[in-house]
Amino acid sequence: MSMAKGARSPLTVVVIYPDLLGTYGDGGNGLVLARRAKWRGLDVSLVQAPSDRPVPRGDIYCIGGGEDGPQVRAASTLIADGTLTRAVEDGAVILGVCAGFQLLGREFPDAADRPHDGLGLLDVTTRKGTDLRAVGELVATVEPDAPRDPDGSALPALTGFENHGGVTTIGPGASPLARVITGVGNGGGDGTEGAWSGRVIGTYLHGPVLARNVALADLLLGWALVSRGERLPLVWLEDGEENALRAERLAMAGTVKLSARLRHVPRPRR
Amino acid sequence: MTGPHPPATRRLPFRPSVAVKVASGINRLSRLLGRGSGTVIGGRAGLAVDPMLLAVLAKDRDVALVSGTNGKTTTTGMLVAALSEPDSVGVATNITGANMPAGHVAALIGTRPVGTVVLEVDEAYLGRLIEDTHPQVVVLLNLSRDQLDRISEVRMLVDRWRSALGRLDPVGHGGSRTVVVANADDPMVVWAASTAPEVRWVGVGQVWHDDAVGCPACGARIVFEASGSWNCDHCGFGRPERFAWLEGDVLVLADGRRFPVVIGLPGQFNRANAAMVAVAAPEFAGTHCQPPVSITTAVERLSKLHEVAGRFSTVQRKGRDIRLLLAKNPAGWTAIFDLLGESGDPTSPVVLSINARVADGFDTSWLWDVPFERLIGRAVVATGERCRDLAVRLRYAEVDHRVVPDVLEAVDMAIGNAGRLSVASASIPVEFLGNYTAFAQLRSRL
Repeated sequence: MSMAKGARSPLTVVVIYPDLLGTYGDGGNGLVLARRAKWRGLDVSLVQAPSDRPVPRGDIYCIGGGEDGPQVRAASTLIADGTLTRAVEDGAVILGVCAGFQLLGREFPDAADRPHDGLGLLDVTTRKGTDLRAVGELVATVEPDAPRDPDGSALPALTGFENHGGVTTIGPGASPLARVITGVGNGGGDGTEGAWSGRVIGTYLHGPVLARNVALADLLLGWALVSRGERLPLVWLEDGEENALRAERLAMAGTVKLSARLRHVPRPRR
Repeated sequence: MTGPHPPATRRLPFRPSVAVKVASGINRLSRLLGRGSGTVIGGRAGLAVDPMLLAVLAKDRDVALVSGTNGKTTTTGMLVAALSEPDSVGVATNITGANMPAGHVAALIGTRPVGTVVLEVDEAYLGRLIEDTHPQVVVLLNLSRDQLDRISEVRMLVDRWRSALGRLDPVGHGGSRTVVVANADDPMVVWAASTAPEVRWVGVGQVWHDDAVGCPACGARIVFEASGSWNCDHCGFGRPERFAWLEGDVLVLADGRRFPVVIGLPGQFNRANAAMVAVAAPEFAGTHCQPPVSITTAVERLSKLHEVAGRFSTVQRKGRDIRLLLAKNPAGWTAIFDLLGESGDPTSPVVLSINARVADGFDTSWLWDVPFERLIGRAVVATGERCRDLAVRLRYAEVDHRVVPDVLEAVDMAIGNAGRLSVASASIPVEFLGNYTAFAQLRSRL
């Protein structure tokens, strides 16, 4: 959103519906963004937005993973609220993870495989896979035409943990974010992981994804600053602990034990 | 010991008797080879020979099952203590924390074929255990997110519990009924247990509400009131009429009786576990081998219990006390942080140890749901096989910390660190907080 200079509000990071979509630790994405902005001396505000209130205005929205029932409720509440759709038109940044990725798309299934409307902010459609669930470490290389660092360099490989039963196909209006090296990802057989379009990114990666991939966090921060007409580039941060974690996870993902696998999980009786 | 003495031996039919011999033989062999106590592997072999072995072994016993996300092992230990008569052969239990059927078989092999049994049950196996053991009492503590890559999401589990408890026979097996003792303050537990024919609802509180905001009955919103009561804003599902509840450290019964819950284990969540046990223990009255236990007797016995399977115990290393605490998931860690504030020294150094093996769950994302911010101001050492994940989490919590991958070196670092803070601090204990296998790892190396 373009805000008049001089009357500047803090950079606002909004975690959407932690009460419904806070199951998988993805609220950490909001914390990573807020801290990395703060450490650079930016005025930043981290807002937890519960599902019983209107969605506040923000520069970056993080939507996390959750269970099937709460996901359906979150999607219908967000559609009725309308703020996210308007925010994207105004240039806001959105990161959706797992259930949050699926509900950004056109359609996603509930536990009984009934389709539900998503927000339609990403041209992706999710259906139920088989009775198998993708559970495990995932490594994926970012696609060459995917968003790049402000200096033009490609993002490093993505690492994370996936845990989902959905198969997501990407339509012509969106592009794959990354290509799977180990793991399952979108699961449609094309080897893709996640999707993006404009400033909206969806991924299956938990970890949380921005803690495991701080370059992606900085990319989102950069987008938000550009959108606000603020200064770039971002000040460099010494990410010793983040890099040590990345190195360990990338090395471990190559081993059989931790590589992602499809696991049989019995469906709940209804 | 009061009551009739049941026969101490009973002939098993052919197949289960072979299964028992195989299991005991493997256990002996495993011990001889130094591969540990061999309990689970023996149990597994026994079940391979006779899949119904657990049902056969449990047939003439009075069984209590304890399940839930947090507090299973401790509550099982408490119920054993509450039901144990002085100078008696004791209560059979799977106190090693081997809480799946192979561990249950192992707990029953080699003990008397009659008598009282208290079993800790992994949440995912509750239905099977109910079917196999026809329990007198089922204690249901709480349900929240845990090991999402293994156990599955909370609502899937709730559905499975609900159908298992709905299949309980109202008159019970052999004329004795099953009483479910369930936490009235956890909507997930209430939804699961409300299908059971006989429930004692106990209000013991629930620190973690974040997995219960969506109503398990209709998907609308559960509203939690300051009083501790709760109800759905749409379908009317709400807290049931309570049989008893905790007011601070007093257990209040709906009939007006009040029992102080002064116990040996620290923390409000252990008083909650004790309240569940105090209600559960008397439900054995009238069973054929358990002498009746009153609420007063149960609580009195719990006052003498100071650790369960090493949890909450204090060990000495290099002249310093180290308190050993275990927490496995966000709700458990939150409760342990409450305990640190309640019973510890605010300047105690803290060692945090995280592993991500099968028993812990491979996904460490849950660390971001744990309020590590509450450790700001303490000397913190991060260790364990996933100390890198922990270190990043602590960095974003802005908690000063050192990373020492080896757990013993980490403890020693904490001992040394604290010593430099001030002269007096050498007497302040070190708090060790580990998740499941990290806790076991430290215990085996101390």
